Amino acid sequence: MGDVFKALADPTRRTILDELTERDGQTLFEICVRLTGRHQLSLTRQAVSQHLAVLEEAGLITTRKQGRYKFHHLDTTPLAAIFERWPITRKGQAP
Amino acid sequence: MKIYVTSVFVDDQQKALDFYTEMLGFTKKHDIPVGGARWLTVVSPEDPEGTELLLEPDGHPAVGPYKKALVADGIPATSFQVTDVQAEYERLRGLGVTFTQEPMEAGPVTTAVFDDTCGNLIQIVTPA
Repeated sequence: MGDVFKALADPTRRTILDELTERDGQTLFEICVRLTGRHQLSLTRQAVSQHLAVLEEAGLITTRKQGRYKFHHLDTTPLAAIFERWPITRKGQAP
Repeated sequence: MKIYVTSVFVDDQQKALDFYTEMLGFTKKHDIPVGGARWLTVVSPEDPEGTELLLEPDGHPAVGPYKKALVADGIPATSFQVTDVQAEYERLRGLGVTFTQEPMEAGPVTTAVFDDTCGNLIQIVTPA
């Protein structure tokens, strides 16, 4: 399992997770279109593939073969470990 | 020089003709026998003298792996313009067409991607 923190440290990878939050289950092509069309992030397809590989290593996305297509899905399960380690408290919040 | 024809590789020319005419609404332009296959083209009824789409047989051994790899990554073989992606998406879905990408706004365009049942993905686009 890759490092969740390292995976989340990159703004492009966070943007990919944002886009998958909006609509789960995207092809590589759709992810590329969203990054270029909506965020003006003109990465090569290979660079996007590498980002997806890091996210998949960290368990934050899973891929699913459906027939001849491959879709990417968000999996926030690894984030639970963060809140188990540092539970969210109400301390420090304005009343 | 001008572009008068473009092509998609199809696994079955007759099936492709049916899909591209009956589902997508193009009209047949040329159908000429050539060496066991057909020089088979369709055009948009909105522009019958415009660029033709050649429904080209995909029998060459290199084509199969090429198409398969593009489809797996969701990459369209070509792109057609429509006046309303959302309406076209609903119309085609109603006809049983499979989409790999639902209508999505990306900057100046709205796009969607569907399966042409002949081994290709096709993008539809509405410019802003």
